[in-house]
Amino acid sequence: MAGLNKTTLLDWYRQMVLIRRFEEKCAELYQQGKIGGFLHLYIGQEATGVGSVAALRPQDHAITAYRDHGLALARGLDPKAIMAEMLGKRTGVSGGKGGSMHLASRELNFWGGYGIVGGHLPLAAGIALKAKYNEEDEVVLCYMGDGATNIGYFHESLNLSAVWDLPVIWLVENNGYGMGTAVDRASGQVELHKRAVGYGMKDGGRVDGMDVIAVYEAISDAARYASKNGPVLMESMTYRFQGHSMGDPERYRSKEEVQRYAAGDPIGKFRQTLVEKYKDVAGELDKIEDAVVATVAEAVEYAENSPAPTYEDLVAHVYAD
Amino acid sequence: MASNVQTGEKPITIREALSAALREEMLRDERVFLMGEEIGVWGGTYAVTRGFYDEFGPKRVRDTPISEMVIAGAAVGAAMAGLRPVAELMTINFAFVAFDAIVNHMAKVRYMFNGQFKVPMVIRTTTGGGKQLGATHSHSPEAVFAHFPGLYVAVPGTAYDAKGMLKAAIRDDNPVMFVEHSTMLQRRSAVPDDPDFVLPIGKSDIKREGRDVTIVTYSKGLEWSLAAADILAKDGIEAEIVDLRWLRPLDMETVFQSFKKTNRCVVVEESLPMFSVGSEVAAQLQDKMFDYMDAPVKRVNALDQPLPYASEIEMMALPDANKVVAAVKEVL
Ligand SMILES: Cc1ncc(C[n+]2csc(CCOP(=O)(O)OP(=O)(O)O)c2C)c(N)n1
Ligand SMILES: [Mg+2]
Repeated sequence: MAGLNKTTLLDWYRQMVLIRRFEEKCAELYQQGKIGGFLHLYIGQEATGVGSVAALRPQDHAITAYRDHGLALARGLDPKAIMAEMLGKRTGVSGGKGGSMHLASRELNFWGGYGIVGGHLPLAAGIALKAKYNEEDEVVLCYMGDGATNIGYFHESLNLSAVWDLPVIWLVENNGYGMGTAVDRASGQVELHKRAVGYGMKDGGRVDGMDVIAVYEAISDAARYASKNGPVLMESMTYRFQGHSMGDPERYRSKEEVQRYAAGDPIGKFRQTLVEKYKDVAGELDKIEDAVVATVAEAVEYAENSPAPTYEDLVAHVYAD
Repeated sequence: MASNVQTGEKPITIREALSAALREEMLRDERVFLMGEEIGVWGGTYAVTRGFYDEFGPKRVRDTPISEMVIAGAAVGAAMAGLRPVAELMTINFAFVAFDAIVNHMAKVRYMFNGQFKVPMVIRTTTGGGKQLGATHSHSPEAVFAHFPGLYVAVPGTAYDAKGMLKAAIRDDNPVMFVEHSTMLQRRSAVPDDPDFVLPIGKSDIKREGRDVTIVTYSKGLEWSLAAADILAKDGIEAEIVDLRWLRPLDMETVFQSFKKTNRCVVVEESLPMFSVGSEVAAQLQDKMFDYMDAPVKRVNALDQPLPYASEIEMMALPDANKVVAAVKEVL
């Protein structure tokens, strides 16, 4: 925990709780029919998201798949505008045209959620190429699920990043499943980080994705490496506590398994760490939790009161003028 | 200077025109770079980029592995981030491998993130059959790409157009599929050597004036149509030839104006007939020009099946000037 002060750690705690409460609210709004389409919750993976984004500098870049709410919040996108996107409002981060899977902020170098498994990996390589081409000190953190490591994009993108020495961290968020398919039913090499060898790139190993501090440290190391030497492949071992998306009957895993992981809830664990480290911090943590509840309520209110997109919005931005 | 290109008053080939366009744009704008298979050390499969690697170096002339998905996708990312990639897919037959990156990301990232990103990139590729390459290497599927809003699709048929259109494509902030015909690279025409010679995007061009029939065509179809017009002229039939030049944006206005004069139309293209440019032009004509129609719209396309190896039967399957003549005679 060297160099991590209390303010920073409490802010991470706030972010993790914000993701949790925000998504619980999204699930509720989905049940009420106010959020449509697909909704993929990040609940259980908060430590991976918050710890990794915390390791980025403002000039660095993040890009991910459709399970993107947690990362968008961690990267500092306004919860109000994210919630408005969920509800399909014109004040949403993507103007109500992207939806839950397609959150982005050009300003914050959050290059989006992408709905095609693996489809964003080559984009990450291209963004990193920009940095290298312009000799800018920037790193791209490209998130993907364990399932995404089996699509052709993975192979082509990782190989190109190695051939061109691109500053990318390829981070596999291994939550055990791609939809209902367990990793050992989909991948010959189940230690996914080891595929780095096949590309001649640095193997960044595995990190405990339920431990926000461990993730922060591992990604910080990887970022330092990537900015000087080129790509790193690494794996964050995590678990999603909810179904793949809303309405998943979860026939592929047992309740006992889910409970076992839930016992190691990354938020509960981090709270424990903080309580042990700082005497009398419990009251502060409670205050943070209350503030987060208020933030989520404000976001919902903002979103509900925002206007729907118009016909002009529908037809705008197919092309650049 | 290692470039083999000389533009000027004398006619140059399409290959030289493309090469000159790329070179001028690279000299004009540092953000423009090339990436693709065998474009650098080898000098380009069709020699369009011969000499570029020596002149511009490996940073701006980037040889890639055989990885169409990441060629297209990395160009999208680089373009979103502010570079201006000109990616090359060796031939359009291999663009199918990159289809997702083209259709889902090249065409859509601007829209789905509500205009936060621009995608100023070009994918150059070659189309066409007639080279005895068999079924997998002889496609002309440019109309498939024109199906998707968010993309522009360029299909030049002369050196003049190739140069002005490629420069326009590189300078524009939208993603362009730039489709060159692999058997036309040696065709010559006069091309301005003004480095700011740029043609408008989405503007067709009347390549021959006539009063009796409108032939709508593009790319290799232009050649068959011009030859057919010469044959028809001997019988006193004057064909007007509209070279679309772009399949998206599709300039139907010029077609409509011509049709109002001729009241007859034949669409000539190398692609397969079903769901083709011909289908689209015919549909729009019956919708908007019904009152001017004196005959059904005819389409001249490749036969609706895969292309074979043997030259005798490959040529049977492809359009030619005689087939265009026959189609025109049917509508007169
Ligand atoms: C190319 C493609 N194939 C299939 C799908 C359908 N699909 C959506 S998510 C998913 C599972 C992906 O699993 P993983 O990469 O592990 O990410 P996770 O959902 O666990 O975060 C599948 C098969 C898709 N979106 N894209
Ligand atoms: Mg997974």
